[in-house]
Amino acid sequence: MSARPLALSSRIPPGLARAGLLWPSLAIILLFMVAPIGIMFTYSFLTAAPYGGVEWTFSGAAYTEILFERDFLDDSLAFTPDYLIIVARSVFQAAIATVLCLLISVPTAYYIATRSDRAKNIWLFLITIPYWVNLLIRTIALLFVLRGDGPVNSALIDLGLISQPLPLSYNGFAISLGLIYSFLPFMVLPLYSAFERFDFRLLDAAYDLYASRRVAFFRIVLPVMRPGLIAGSLLVFIPSIGSYLAPDILGGGKTLMIGNLIGTQFQAARNWPFGAALSMILLTITLIVLLWLARRAARQQQLN
Amino acid sequence: MKSLTVFTAALLASVLAGPAFAAGDLFIYTWGEYTPPEMVAKFEKTYDVKVHIDTYDSMETMLAKLKSGAGGYDIIVPGHDTMTILVRENLLEPINAANMPNYKNVDEKWRDVFWDKGRVYSAPWAWGSTGFVVDRAVVKGNDTSLKILFEPDDTVKGKINMLRDVNDVINMALRYLGKPRCNENPEDLKAVLDLLSSQKPFVKSYNSETKELLVSGEAAVSMSWNGYAMRARDEKPTLEYIYPKEGYTGWMDNVAVPKGAPDLENAKLWVNFVMAPENAAMITNYARYSNGIKGSEAFVEKALAAAPELNPPSDVAAPEFLSACTPATTKLYDRVWTKLLR
Amino acid sequence: MSTARMRDLRTFSGFGLLSVGCAVFLYAPIVFLTLYSFNDGRSVSQWTGFSFRWYQTVFANQNIQTAAVNSLLIAVTAATIATVLALGAAIATVNRRSKSGGEGAYVVLTFPLMVPEIVTAVASLVFFVAVGISLGFVTILLAHIVFCIPFAYLPIKARLEGMDETLPSAAADLYASPAKAFVRITLPLLVPGLLSGWLLAFIISLDDFIITALVAGPGATTLPLHIYGMLRLGMTPEVNAISTLMLAASTALVLLSGLLGQAGRKH
Repeated sequence: MSARPLALSSRIPPGLARAGLLWPSLAIILLFMVAPIGIMFTYSFLTAAPYGGVEWTFSGAAYTEILFERDFLDDSLAFTPDYLIIVARSVFQAAIATVLCLLISVPTAYYIATRSDRAKNIWLFLITIPYWVNLLIRTIALLFVLRGDGPVNSALIDLGLISQPLPLSYNGFAISLGLIYSFLPFMVLPLYSAFERFDFRLLDAAYDLYASRRVAFFRIVLPVMRPGLIAGSLLVFIPSIGSYLAPDILGGGKTLMIGNLIGTQFQAARNWPFGAALSMILLTITLIVLLWLARRAARQQQLN
Repeated sequence: MKSLTVFTAALLASVLAGPAFAAGDLFIYTWGEYTPPEMVAKFEKTYDVKVHIDTYDSMETMLAKLKSGAGGYDIIVPGHDTMTILVRENLLEPINAANMPNYKNVDEKWRDVFWDKGRVYSAPWAWGSTGFVVDRAVVKGNDTSLKILFEPDDTVKGKINMLRDVNDVINMALRYLGKPRCNENPEDLKAVLDLLSSQKPFVKSYNSETKELLVSGEAAVSMSWNGYAMRARDEKPTLEYIYPKEGYTGWMDNVAVPKGAPDLENAKLWVNFVMAPENAAMITNYARYSNGIKGSEAFVEKALAAAPELNPPSDVAAPEFLSACTPATTKLYDRVWTKLLR
Repeated sequence: MSTARMRDLRTFSGFGLLSVGCAVFLYAPIVFLTLYSFNDGRSVSQWTGFSFRWYQTVFANQNIQTAAVNSLLIAVTAATIATVLALGAAIATVNRRSKSGGEGAYVVLTFPLMVPEIVTAVASLVFFVAVGISLGFVTILLAHIVFCIPFAYLPIKARLEGMDETLPSAAADLYASPAKAFVRITLPLLVPGLLSGWLLAFIISLDDFIITALVAGPGATTLPLHIYGMLRLGMTPEVNAISTLMLAASTALVLLSGLLGQAGRKH
């Protein structure tokens, strides 16, 4: 590696230049995001005020509430799986959405990257144009498409493939589809962005060495996509966990995900400390996973 | 890049601030599509005041903003249960609506209401009820019991929609069980949870946008607000809004002025303006909910004035207006809701 | 080896089909939505007849127009600022030789992604009020820039990682200043990353509801706020009409940029 790979000016020491590049974004996040979340961290140890907000009395109740509840009748403290079930469901749904997004996006990103320069940009816009429509409206439109009397079921019935409408809406399947629909470009674009610079001579060389297509794809194409794959997975997985519109609208509101649960605490349930505590736990889990990923990536880079 | 940013900032400032040619401004914070444009135009013309409308999606958003101390609005339109909270937390300006010239038009039954005794803080805007709608092509007969919803026949199983509102759903279940609303008794709420859990397999969705579900036939029975029910019936005549014989919830939205309103005088002008019969009628014609103003009937569209959704039959009990439940109740309700939907 | 055969080897069978399938999936609900913007009735899912009445409603509705323009201005501004900030951060965090602090910066830059929206929303509201910044367009813009940063940063970082570092440094040897080398060599190579990042930041800003709802001040309404507010009284095809107009605007922009690009090439 060169001593001054990306320094902007030879007169400014690289360390200082780097700080100048890095700190504006760090500062704005630390000030307008981390500091407010610090307030929320404090709130998670306080008591809920009667009608929203907090009272300044210390309490760890918000954290014990996540695993333990007072019995409806005899007021005894007992373990409750309610919130764990909701967290597990959220992680499961988000994982499915991420994997399916990957399966759709890798070929799509590859296909786009092999187009001409003009076609590439047209494809990029083509992928993002639907997202000029608000997420809520898009989700409702997807529901109408999937519904019992929607075009998908009508077409299948007209073709004689089915006689009864398929249960495509108001269930877990619809939630998964909704999450994919919400976040697909967040996978396609980073993958494309990482892969676009791919040198296709590498592929030709592999074939010259009699590599099969499968081997060529997994050994040559995928590793180049890897940074985009990590970026895309983060951009799909993390927002999916906290998603609330897909379960509300496509799932028919019959099951909660953690986004709904936390939202309710700040709204109808008026229990800000509990909502804050739930989000602190979620934040901690995400942070641990992210750090683990970052460490692994760094180790791999050193190996290379 | 910098010049671009400066340019955009200038553009933002010019477009977003909006011209303030009028003698004054009035900032209204309310539900969307709730304020008739012709009413706004009339007010602007009469008083030379520019009206700006911002919308919220829930009472909680509005409440969170007011409680945090973020101000800047002259008029808000809280529901009656939220009114009790706003008054208790001292977040409203005492405007003495009762002393305003147009107060004489306010129907007696909306004058000494429990959420604003003697109308110190607010004037009526619109009111309605939460009952349920059935498709009479599917559910025959004239039964008006909540049993249709909670212990459904085979014909409607899987075709039931409930509002996604913890309070409305649980209060309705409590009525079906014959228990008091805003209930703090754990045993009653345990019974509610059992009832709702046994009903859940037959529920298609918990959704507050009920009109499309009913009209498309996806749902044959649905909890609904009366205004929604009327719009659904316009598109599908077999739908009927039911006033359950076990009782039902009523609500009233009120025009109030938050503490620290920038222009108290304009705000008072609006409150008085809203209480004039021809103006109140505009609200009903536009939002399709009843207002609380005497003499407005003369200006209300004929079809609306006669609509069964806005005129409960004489043998039906009056709607029950509930106060905001206590924190203990809210907590129990939330646990029932979480357990139901976990 | 013939060029035709080379092309053939570079295409994996089914990839094109899958991409088209992906586009169909993305556009099916959009087609449905556009269709119902021409519905004569009030329903957004039951067809009663063809009419332009909802477009007339939109053109008569000053509030919804202002909201749409506000949304676009905020999204363009927030996405642009976030992309510039993210570009700097990506350059500084990728290719760094010392390992210390790298993870810290990475975690801070992706932090806005990890907090559920409603929590960010309430926290920002409390924070802005506490430090005395009055709510309005400034607070919306600040909040949007912050949550846009990870969406711009991650694609740019993915692009930079493993980018051939010898190229910029070779260029730096040739050109008089590294700044020139950066503009002439590195930046063009980064374009796909920048474009991806900007587009993602743009759509995430355009979509945001909860955070905007809580940090917006009087007179500062965006399209999502307007649309969510309409739900209590029921959705009408007016929403479809404004959405279709947004789609038309975006398509027009894409066509325009395509034409400009073509014209530019001819010169």
